[in-house]
Amino acid sequence: MAVKDQVSMPQQDPKVRIKNFDEVALGYTEEMALEEASRCMNCKAMPCVKSCPVSVNIPKFISLIKEKAYIDALNVIKENNALPAVCGRVCPQEKQCQSTCLFSKMGKPIAIGRLERFVADYEINQGIKSQVDKPKDSSLSKYKVAVVGSGPSGITVAATLATMGYSVTIFEALHKTGGVLRYGIPEFRLPRNILDRELEYVKSLGVKIFTDIIVGRTFQVKDLFEEGFSAVYVASGAGTPKMLGIPGENLSGVFSGNEWLTRVNLMRAYKDEYATPLPVSKKTVVVGAGNTAMDCTRTALRSGAEEVTIVYRRGRAEMPARAEEIENAEEEGVKFNFLVNPAEFLGDEKGVLRAVKCEKMELGEPDASGRRRPVGTGEYFEIEADCAIVALGQNPNPLIRTTTEGLKTESWGGIIIDEETGMTSIPGIFAGGDAVTGEATVISAMGAGKLAAKGIDKYIREK
Amino acid sequence: MFKTFDGHICTLSQIEPGSLDNKIIKKRYLSETNVEMIINAPLIANSAKPGQFIVICNNEKGERIPLTISETDKEAGTIGIIFQMVGRSTIELGAMKEGDVIMSLAGPLGMPSEIENFGNCVVIGGGVGTAIAYPVARALKNAGNNVKVIIGARTESLFILVDEMKAFADEVILTTDDGSCGIHGVVTDPLKELLEKGNVDRVVCIGPLPMMKAVSEFTKPYGVKTIASLDPIMIDGTGMCGGCRVTVDGKTKFACVDGPEFDAHLVDWDGLKTRKSFYREYEAKQKEMAIKEAK
Repeated sequence: MAVKDQVSMPQQDPKVRIKNFDEVALGYTEEMALEEASRCMNCKAMPCVKSCPVSVNIPKFISLIKEKAYIDALNVIKENNALPAVCGRVCPQEKQCQSTCLFSKMGKPIAIGRLERFVADYEINQGIKSQVDKPKDSSLSKYKVAVVGSGPSGITVAATLATMGYSVTIFEALHKTGGVLRYGIPEFRLPRNILDRELEYVKSLGVKIFTDIIVGRTFQVKDLFEEGFSAVYVASGAGTPKMLGIPGENLSGVFSGNEWLTRVNLMRAYKDEYATPLPVSKKTVVVGAGNTAMDCTRTALRSGAEEVTIVYRRGRAEMPARAEEIENAEEEGVKFNFLVNPAEFLGDEKGVLRAVKCEKMELGEPDASGRRRPVGTGEYFEIEADCAIVALGQNPNPLIRTTTEGLKTESWGGIIIDEETGMTSIPGIFAGGDAVTGEATVISAMGAGKLAAKGIDKYIREK
Repeated sequence: MFKTFDGHICTLSQIEPGSLDNKIIKKRYLSETNVEMIINAPLIANSAKPGQFIVICNNEKGERIPLTISETDKEAGTIGIIFQMVGRSTIELGAMKEGDVIMSLAGPLGMPSEIENFGNCVVIGGGVGTAIAYPVARALKNAGNNVKVIIGARTESLFILVDEMKAFADEVILTTDDGSCGIHGVVTDPLKELLEKGNVDRVVCIGPLPMMKAVSEFTKPYGVKTIASLDPIMIDGTGMCGGCRVTVDGKTKFACVDGPEFDAHLVDWDGLKTRKSFYREYEAKQKEMAIKEAK
């Protein structure tokens, strides 16, 4: 039997989209969703569920799509995932649920993410409010759980516990909610109205969210226990950016990926009427090849950069970004310079970046990550640039670990947790997401939240 | 535990959205361009220490700006800020009135000042930096130090907090560029005298970058530990974005979590200056817009 091809999703034309911040991928129509859903064999082994970090019952929701019961399908997802419209857009499905699909070997896995997005958007477009029909345990409402950070991990813990019946309060350090979903992921990948709606849903579950509160600074974790909370979940996310440690790194015009993205995404600096400045670059160099790097290239283009180049010390095959993001960046005209490592940022007489001096690399023996280690060749050249964005990842946020006595962390700063329960070295304090793992994906942070919610529930019940 | 603005004692698990508004309780002009505001912020008032700052974003299209906390009143649940109206954000903030609510205010951020009994301390404040120097000087005094304060200004009308400093300091020395008050000269003139006498254990200086750089170069040959409070460009202020990078002792530091105070002798002042001036043109345009709107 010939396997039908995946139904492709319409996108904005690259020539048009590099001039706007509107969403690139336009989503399935109902017909497309039905056609794609019809390809699902509903196989008994359900490998997709096993490779979903939050164990969404994928075959079940796809079956409901086939029956046109879209809201029911959405509710199936929401049993395990509070953010379907987000995950349908930003999860690396090709590395997770779709990677184990029976049709994956033929390169034609069911487009699970697109279908997830379709049902989430269906609800929005129809103006319906879905409701998860799980009875709350009212005896749990006297237990209060504090969550540090309103990013994907914090939201997941909060939504999961609130659904069980706990009283949950989120403390967010920034002036807006969503964490990396707001400051990190650009709106052309995750429109702000979609994010706002997901956050409204979390609030509708009874979760209280406070912005502008920096746990570890405004007050300490121990204060939360002293003032009525039974458990605390630390999902404080990313901390200081990893830089290269090369000369010229602090010249004007050199940004960390997170500074660049925060300016564009959180502060909307690309719009004139917003007060936060953003330089108009002619030639931008982005260092790194992960998803953050791709986001940096594409926001740079949309903010007016004439030429954007990625420099990456390994080869094309080693790029850690999602294939889809790399493809999008290429379509939009981003240039890729492989096997090239920045050695120095060169400034003009005013201390402003004028070029990046790079060394040509070649691939040697595999390193600890299993990828072939890039080795310097001793051959150098310069790339002209007035803006450089270093997108090499982040260290875990230091605020909680440096202010919470007795909290055990890894040498690189990640909070150490029990892998079964998410509990840290201090009873009652749980942690997950980038604060534990260093920079990872939205869905893995959500998976950690899912796990910790169970851990917190168990901890409170046994106490 | 904290007191809400309507006088209720509240625990952290009892806060309701809306019970923590950043209402401006008092506002006064310290000079034509320097404004002091006392703001309702009970949680920050509880935990802030001298040398720490807050980040304010005062409207939907605003930017996040760091401002040092000039005073805290735990009992009243308020904090004070003193700022100079120099750009769009500070002009917009300065236009707000008593009773208005600042959209977003977070803190306290940064490492507190190192306060110990060092012996003889000289605290130098330049311009609006005097507002930051004030709580640090007072804390040093309370820790048992002999505290001499030098305040520099362009002209007499720009002085701030002179009486407040005089209330506790062992000596307050004023300098003006135009000679309208105190010593006709700059802060390093009286500093030189004090250093020559040889009984200075620590210098803390907070003011415009050229002043801090000059003080730092001045004290270096005397081997007197000198602390400067830096104000690089900052966005989130919580150690996430890295915009506030400064080179200290050849290493990259983040002013918002490692600072804002650093050993002045180790700071790359020229690098800091270029980073700070990177957006000058944009800032000038934004300021013009803000002035027009204010009219």
